[in-house]
Amino acid sequence: MKDNVLMRVAARWNMPFLLVFALYTQTHGELGPGGGFQSGVMIAAAFIVYGMVFGADEMRRVVPRWVTDFAAAAGVLIYAGAGVYCMAMGYTFLDYAALVPSNPGGAEPWGMVIVEYGVGITVAAVMLTVFNEITEGTLPGQEPGGTKEVL
Amino acid sequence: MQVVLDHYNYWVCVILMMIGFYGVIAKTNLIKKALSLSLFQTGVLVFYISIGKVEGGTGPVLDPRNPEAVYSNPLPHALMLTAIVVGVATLSVAMAIIVNIRERYGTIDERDIEDIENQAQE
Amino acid sequence: MERIHQNLPALIVVLPLCMGLITSIIGRRGLGWWLAMGTASAVLAMAVQLLVNVLESGTLTVTYQMGSWPAPFGIVYVVDPLNAGVLTIVALIGAIVTLYARKSIASEMDPRRLHFFYALWLFCMTGLLGITITGDAFNLYVLLEISSLSTYTLVALGRQRNRRALTAAINYLVLGSIGATFYLLGIAYLYMVTGSLNIADIQHILATKVFPTWGTDAPMYRTTVYVGFALMAVGLSLKLALFPLHGWLPNAYTYAPSSVSALLASTATKVGAYAFIRVIFTLVGTGFAYRMLHTDVVLMVSAGAAILVGSWMAFRQTSLKKLLAYSSIGQIGYITLGFALGNVNGLTASIIHLFNHALTKGGMFMALGVVAYRLGNTRLQDVQGLGRKLPFTMAAFTAGGLGLIGVPLTAGFVSKWYLVTACIEAGRYEMAAIVLVGSLIALLYVWKVVEAIYFGKRPENVPGVKEAPLTMLVPTLLLAGASIYFGIDASTSARVATAAAHFLLGVTP
Repeated sequence: MKDNVLMRVAARWNMPFLLVFALYTQTHGELGPGGGFQSGVMIAAAFIVYGMVFGADEMRRVVPRWVTDFAAAAGVLIYAGAGVYCMAMGYTFLDYAALVPSNPGGAEPWGMVIVEYGVGITVAAVMLTVFNEITEGTLPGQEPGGTKEVL
Repeated sequence: MQVVLDHYNYWVCVILMMIGFYGVIAKTNLIKKALSLSLFQTGVLVFYISIGKVEGGTGPVLDPRNPEAVYSNPLPHALMLTAIVVGVATLSVAMAIIVNIRERYGTIDERDIEDIENQAQE
Repeated sequence: MERIHQNLPALIVVLPLCMGLITSIIGRRGLGWWLAMGTASAVLAMAVQLLVNVLESGTLTVTYQMGSWPAPFGIVYVVDPLNAGVLTIVALIGAIVTLYARKSIASEMDPRRLHFFYALWLFCMTGLLGITITGDAFNLYVLLEISSLSTYTLVALGRQRNRRALTAAINYLVLGSIGATFYLLGIAYLYMVTGSLNIADIQHILATKVFPTWGTDAPMYRTTVYVGFALMAVGLSLKLALFPLHGWLPNAYTYAPSSVSALLASTATKVGAYAFIRVIFTLVGTGFAYRMLHTDVVLMVSAGAAILVGSWMAFRQTSLKKLLAYSSIGQIGYITLGFALGNVNGLTASIIHLFNHALTKGGMFMALGVVAYRLGNTRLQDVQGLGRKLPFTMAAFTAGGLGLIGVPLTAGFVSKWYLVTACIEAGRYEMAAIVLVGSLIALLYVWKVVEAIYFGKRPENVPGVKEAPLTMLVPTLLLAGASIYFGIDASTSARVATAAAHFLLGVTP
């Protein structure tokens, strides 16, 4: 598919917009519609579009497997880490008041922001892992090392 | 007829679930089976979302100008966000296993797999 | 230290989750096992501490509010004598099997991916511990799926030894997801009636606002509660592999890696049974489930059939792992029968059998794992005459087998004693007879194996085998020894089980 000019150009031009919009949804999560799930999926979608047009191997060159493996775990660790931090400060698990003890009500958005970043990172990494798992398999009759094209 | 119309959200849920359930039982292609399972779960998602609706309710954002406002129940929606993630996770685990089955058996049809196993035992 | 103590109910779930994630990042080159082992030991210590806390507290409950949100609004974790006991079972078996898993799993899968195995292992424990401790019906569903999803993957990891592990896993996945979805729909119905997801709160609303109206002319939500309970019961029966919904179990246990079989057989179905007990006794109450709907009759018929069919199918197997898997179906029958009787002795039998069967079956699956490790297969002809080659392992297997039959001085005897007493107390003589017949069939299938082990002749032209490596032998003997110990001195296990039964039925001892 990477020989098709139309697809190549469309993918290249769409990627920055997808990523920026994903960041917007991420940072806007605690105030309006949006949040980690949506932005994570959008980030992953940007890379998956890239992988579909230029080949899954090319995408894995941009985002290697170890990055997605690491990010998937790190995202949940950010989430759980926020909770553990609250426990360490003498509050209960995920009691965001621990983040700004002087102003417990004002701490809620901070807690949500931290947690949503964790969710976003994990969702993006996991979606990419799913894409990788499906494209990377060495099916009978195919060369090991991934398929050049999906779809 | 009135019974059907009054409870149409139940009917939608049950019909979706039963289409999925039929697929899970009757299809031998594992991918179709996994998709049917997903449909089966979707039936429940739709049901949850429908029970959150309050008659005349608006979006659950507190409106200080209108203290009389009736709000829809947002909790089922939040629950279903989690359930959707669970559903996606189930589907992707299923797909990963099916990819492995294709590698080891060369087929994703249950009946063919059964035949291969029976021949291997003889 | 003070803070750890305060946050124990959350930590027992959060710790394995975080450690699982850390293991998946840094657990390469053997470090994975150390992380898993450390976590499992810490979880065991926390579970024992919680059990002590609960038994010593006046109200017999410890409540923990997630994020400091009070009960009906936020998620609460509630520890009472019943789930403190189950937590201890899961943590104990988890720790012992983790010790065993190191050598066992290294021979069964790609060493470069071992850290993912230990990560999944810890996620599975997270889910099982979470189901046990949570006091929120929807949270239970989520944790059920966490444990199930990791279990499907763990079962599929048996693919290197036998590709049928993959078909077993997909079969388990389909049935398990259907069960979980039924449970989810059941919660939806109860949520429509009560507007709450907190188990204690649902029970309170049902008991004070809904059930009293049923005797009057305008019964409220009668059909809705019926349907909700029925859906939850079917969903959980699938998870617990209650006959006739046990179809996924034999293959999943047979083709999973040895250590996974041991963990699943001794914890996964037990936690399913616990969730079922919780739904019947705490969520809707026996007054509704047993006296109004007569679920107890349905459960008893299923349990009786499970005991007879499971044991008989076990007798007919020649693959030893499959034999144990079918025997598990029979043993789940005993557990179900106990809580279906609904009296104090029955519940005590059920809870004590959760523990005793976990020890017995865990030890037996681990002994078979040793056979698989040394011989690569676990058919009946493979263990012919192994009694002299693997004396300790086979002794552990035999001790477990005696426990399955229920020979006096084994743990199985204690639970069967309570069970038969409870049957007679409830006037269910036919169920008492079924328990005895089941034990007789267990005698047949255990004897079949024991005869092969000690009196069978080792084929001439096979290479010699050595006794198991120490890290596999010690945990196996530990569980087998425990199953004997708790048969001789059942005071500790009986004390916890009786306290739990009294707590559930609301009677003061």
